Amino acid sequence: MAEVVVYVDHVGGAVRKPTLELLTLARRLGDPVAVALGEGAAETAGVLAEHGAVRVLTAQAPEFADYLVVPKVDALHAACQSLAQPPAAVLVPSSAEGKEIAARLAVRTGSGIITDAIDIEAGDLGPVATQAAFAASYTTKSRITHGIPVITVKANSAPVQPAPAPGTVETLTVTFTPAATGTRIVSRTPRQSTGRPELTEAAIVVSGGRGVNGAENFAVIEALADSLGAAVGASRAAVDAGWYPHTNQVGQTGKSVSPQLYIASGISGAIQHRAGMQTSKTIIAVNKDPEAPIFDLADYGIIGDLHTVLPQLTQEVHTRKN
Amino acid sequence: MSLRIVVCVKFVPDASGDRGFADDLTVDREGVDGLLSELDEYAVEQALQIAGGVEGCEVTVVTVGPGDAKDALRKALSMGADKAVHVEDEALHGSDVMGTSLVLARVVERAGFDLVIAGMASTDGTMGVLPAVLAERLGVPQVTLLSRVKVEGGVVSGRRDGDSASEEVEASLPAVVSVTDQSGEARYPSFKGIMAAKKKPVDSLDLRDLELDAAEVGLAGAWTAVDSAVKRPARTAGTVVKDEGEGGRQLAEYLATQKFI
Repeated sequence: MAEVVVYVDHVGGAVRKPTLELLTLARRLGDPVAVALGEGAAETAGVLAEHGAVRVLTAQAPEFADYLVVPKVDALHAACQSLAQPPAAVLVPSSAEGKEIAARLAVRTGSGIITDAIDIEAGDLGPVATQAAFAASYTTKSRITHGIPVITVKANSAPVQPAPAPGTVETLTVTFTPAATGTRIVSRTPRQSTGRPELTEAAIVVSGGRGVNGAENFAVIEALADSLGAAVGASRAAVDAGWYPHTNQVGQTGKSVSPQLYIASGISGAIQHRAGMQTSKTIIAVNKDPEAPIFDLADYGIIGDLHTVLPQLTQEVHTRKN
Repeated sequence: MSLRIVVCVKFVPDASGDRGFADDLTVDREGVDGLLSELDEYAVEQALQIAGGVEGCEVTVVTVGPGDAKDALRKALSMGADKAVHVEDEALHGSDVMGTSLVLARVVERAGFDLVIAGMASTDGTMGVLPAVLAERLGVPQVTLLSRVKVEGGVVSGRRDGDSASEEVEASLPAVVSVTDQSGEARYPSFKGIMAAKKKPVDSLDLRDLELDAAEVGLAGAWTAVDSAVKRPARTAGTVVKDEGEGGRQLAEYLATQKFI
């Protein structure tokens, strides 16, 4: 059976959920071969094996942490070349860095690239990727017609499924190209953990917009999010106003999310925001303006002031949970 | 010191219009008015700011696209760029990122550059990978997705805000840079700028000028194929109720019936 290369997104050996989702998709195409790089790479093997990795190729080098993107491209390229035959596909999580790694690998291997797939199926002419286009108003199906199919996949595109496999750890030999040390990472400030789920991975997202009316009022959004075990999002208007960090922005120039439940509070629903949340399974809107376009998307909407509706909802969630 | 900056921009269908696909499943560029991709305005802005501090710096804007794409160049020129290059050729219709980047790499090499600046993504394709692809093709460092950028002493540096960390990065010129929408508000063209733009040179090139083979680009030369594009059924609006004091509890009841709590 053909092998499928899966790029592992991990932090110090802790594998992030989108990688496990990739393994579910990879198993539809062939035998998953995971590639884990940098500090903690070998520690990823256990969980990768539980989810279908037949082999886990690992490499350690200071270059992975000290230089931008290219060292990882060199390693992924080496992994592809180490296989007995070209892989049936290379799957990479659709993070900003993941997309850049995938794209450079595609150029190097003379391959086409598809980004931000939301599903992948095996097809007669190779993997068929589903994508959402134009702010999720269209669904497209595409293939790669030249070289190795290199596909990046958005978080929450497939379920995480246990599928025990050997997960044999092998050391990958990487020879860095001269370009590898082109862009130096001078310093790195890790993002402070809020204790809440990762925005793109969360099952529930509670977002606030212009209607929140002030940074301090985001406490109302956070309280509801915490009662539901949800991530916190913000519209561009709220971020531009300086009320919430850009890392939490949902929309075209922020994160694109697809949770089971999305609660939009004080968000009008401009195209730039809809582009980032339109594919959520269930959408709830709370807004004072009955004409807000967000109500056109909402499965359930409350016309009212979020500052009274949300605290009441939070209280009710706590009551019901106890 | 002189500095040659090339800004790559894209002419895209207006996102507020009813965007869709043409019969050949390429982006429909007829049905909706086009404009300079909003995210590319940030690239033009940063180029102009960098150029402002350097004697003898020249900013060239480049686009690959049909005749109307000149509008995007005009906008960038009216913001303050010095000159423009428009690559137009019927054979380019339907190019994917590999085809487009091949053309851009050739233009940039021909023009000569110290710095290439691009936006974080186009607002139509939204891939966000062209700057990385361009860096790979040109064999120069990529310094991408910057929310702050600075050029000093032949080095470009800036802040890259990633998912798990914020990084300070730097590379020697020449390099390819991309900037995010956090890099700073783009200026509006002044009346003077709009008038001046009419006199600025726009160089038109086709594939022959660039010594590129038509088979390497366009729909036929693309390394990806779109098999279908289906309009999603619009989400239908569900129940909307007015808060009469029980809105939060009603919402809780709905979430309970949907098994979220």
